[in-house]
Amino acid sequence: MKKTSTILAVAALMSSTAVVNAETLKWARAGDALTLDPHSQNEGPSHTMRHQMYEPLIIRDTSGAFVPTLATDWAPSADNPNVWVFNLRKGVKFHDGADFTAEDVVFSFERAKQPNSDMKELIGSITAVRAVDDHTVEIETDGPNPILPSNLTNLFMMDKDWTEANNTVNVQDFEGGEITFATTNVNGTGAYRLVSREPDVKTVMVRNEEYWGRNDFPMEVSEIVYTPIQNAATRVAALLSGEVNFLQDMPVQDLARVDGADGLVVKQAPQNRVIFFGMNQGADDLEADNIDGKNPLADVRVRKAMSMAINRDAIRQVVMRGQSQPAGMIAPPFVNGWTADMDGESSTDLEGAKALMAEAGYGDGFSIRLDCPNDRYINDEAICQAAVGMLGQIGITVNLDAIPKAQHFPKITDGKTDFYMLGWGVPTYDSEYIFNFLVHGRESDIGTWNGTGFNNADLNAKIKSLASNTDLDARNADIASIWRMVQDEQLYIPIHHQVLNWGMSESVGIEVDPEDQPRVKYFTMK
Amino acid sequence: MTDQPISAPKEPQSVTPSRLRRALDSDFYYAFRHSPVAMVSAAVSILLILSAVFAPLIATTNPFDPTTLNLMNGFTPPMTPNAFTGETFLMGTDDQGRDVFSTILYGMRISLFVGFAAVLFAVVLGIFLGLLAGYFGGWTDSVIMRAADVQLTFPSILVAMLIFGIAKGITPVEHRDQMAIWVLILAIGLSDWVQFARVVRGATLVEKNKDYVSAARLIGRRPSAIMIRHILPNILSPVLVIATISLALAIIAEATLSFLGVGAPPTQPSLGTLIRIGQGYLFSGEWWILFFPACTLLALALSVNMLGDWLRDVLNPRLK
Repeated sequence: MKKTSTILAVAALMSSTAVVNAETLKWARAGDALTLDPHSQNEGPSHTMRHQMYEPLIIRDTSGAFVPTLATDWAPSADNPNVWVFNLRKGVKFHDGADFTAEDVVFSFERAKQPNSDMKELIGSITAVRAVDDHTVEIETDGPNPILPSNLTNLFMMDKDWTEANNTVNVQDFEGGEITFATTNVNGTGAYRLVSREPDVKTVMVRNEEYWGRNDFPMEVSEIVYTPIQNAATRVAALLSGEVNFLQDMPVQDLARVDGADGLVVKQAPQNRVIFFGMNQGADDLEADNIDGKNPLADVRVRKAMSMAINRDAIRQVVMRGQSQPAGMIAPPFVNGWTADMDGESSTDLEGAKALMAEAGYGDGFSIRLDCPNDRYINDEAICQAAVGMLGQIGITVNLDAIPKAQHFPKITDGKTDFYMLGWGVPTYDSEYIFNFLVHGRESDIGTWNGTGFNNADLNAKIKSLASNTDLDARNADIASIWRMVQDEQLYIPIHHQVLNWGMSESVGIEVDPEDQPRVKYFTMK
Repeated sequence: MTDQPISAPKEPQSVTPSRLRRALDSDFYYAFRHSPVAMVSAAVSILLILSAVFAPLIATTNPFDPTTLNLMNGFTPPMTPNAFTGETFLMGTDDQGRDVFSTILYGMRISLFVGFAAVLFAVVLGIFLGLLAGYFGGWTDSVIMRAADVQLTFPSILVAMLIFGIAKGITPVEHRDQMAIWVLILAIGLSDWVQFARVVRGATLVEKNKDYVSAARLIGRRPSAIMIRHILPNILSPVLVIATISLALAIIAEATLSFLGVGAPPTQPSLGTLIRIGQGYLFSGEWWILFFPACTLLALALSVNMLGDWLRDVLNPRLK
């Protein structure tokens, strides 16, 4: 009898701890990570997935402040203004048990500089990374780089030995469709380890009990089940039925429905992300239009007219149901270099747009293809459809091709689209990041997401000089002058800044991150 | 399979074709007059088909013309003035500010056109291959009917999706929207020919041993003439029955493909596309975007199907 009660007591104890520990975060959003390779595809949802399992030296909290992660502290070197010294966290282990050391940092930086890496623009100014000892790293740049730490918040650290042993030292050729060991397997230092992954179907992660911060962070989620659900109604139905308890891409039309439902809440915050259209102005002739021998988009008047045809207020009111802020520049308000004046420069003026089209010699309009993702941004396809109608009013016949992001993004990076939708978040909170990817002429290691064909040598030089400009006032003046040129050239057609909505069960405790990067180690579960 | 013995070469057929036809006609009218179901389905079908044909005259807006759209009209409930523009719409508007009533009329045109064209395509292909298989027998028959058997093992919607996918892959993106309708017709037609081919083959096997065919052969008519001029007219009635029922199925197949997002493009919505657009707004209470197109599709498919059923009963009493 006594024995039985002991067993019962033990069982009760075990079950109570099991209840505390077994908290599954059933997490859904519209799309999946494109790849798990840490240095391929500098893309939000891909980073989100990696952030659970891999870690960079530094991350940002929801206010944008730096949080030491794999580095405990960092400072410019006293001896050399071109060098930053990072002290690494001690006692950190990778998921396979290997120690995290300076050697892994050096290796990861080298890997991220490879041609196939999508992170190379962020660290283009770095000339050398040296291991001083096991837990100290020196990073040397081609000039003093005051904002270098900002560029490292999505630069994940891999284990050198694991990567070499599994033949996955080279970053995958994503556009070429390459699959490598690192695209589907993970060995990071992060708070969660990968259990299984079926791309576009389901990814399962479990808590890493050996995590260095196991006692510093809540880490109340013991298991993460991540399911991409492209269809908005299905996604909301899953949240309402309890099939998922954390929904990242809340459809704007269902906010009231979810917020009013028992046990569910919607949390909101402005997002550090701007949505815009890019136009190929660099080509002599466009493939996807009906004008031969000429490129209508090369004429700045046509680009201005297109921007003037877009009714951003209507998109905000109807398509976004108020969950956006019309944009006049392709920088979110979080970013150094953003000004309210420039962000207010977009206006809707159909008559003026038609006059500009006629002036440019396209009074009868032309036809063009618009490439658009359908599972990446909030109501991306609906925005593109609305743009089709709006551009139709100034005579531009737009053929819409809305496809999943996994096929859409390579079109931009491969230069296979003349008119496309793109959204850009700015993890560095500085305009240089935008210029490096979207404004600098396209070269092998810079301007890789600039699908406009715009390439201005003076501007390129100015952009490059930003990295080593230590006089912040002069640097800001340069940033302003670059923006002026981007605005005057109507390099892009800004649409709006997104507002983030996360839907979740009341038991899930987390605040919305302006970069749309939930980090599950911060989650509490009631 | 190739040389089926025909057990009853002389079927009871006491009337000549012309009198038979006349008799059928009067039976037909008699049966029609005494079947309320048939009359109601015929009325609904004709009403829907006519409103689709005359859509440009009935519809208040042309939903395919982007220049007439005003996004601010989006999500207007039926019979309620829009908060921004003050405009009122009979069945409300969808997410892009399109009048749902006009969009249904135009969408029905696409649905019906695809349905009719796909069935026509399937009938022509099915009759052609069925006649060949039935008349020549031998390896011709084996090849055609084995192909048919293989295709029958897949659900037809799967075959249609496969064909649609391949066709979409080989058409340039610029022409995809214009091509989408034709590709739909091809996909649904190709997935549907088997039943026509089987029926025609069976009937041809029966007919080809009859005296009138032997007579035609004796006077030296070419096989193609015998098949088309002599056999075909005598096997058409079951084909017509299947065609009517197929029409309803083709309309639903088109709606299914478009609902899955592989059919008619959002800029040229068919009923299925409209339902796909509408189902995203069910939770948020904008029921009319889904409700009215779904009701129209239901009415259309049901009335055509009921008509087909009735037609089968009348033309082929043995199937009752």
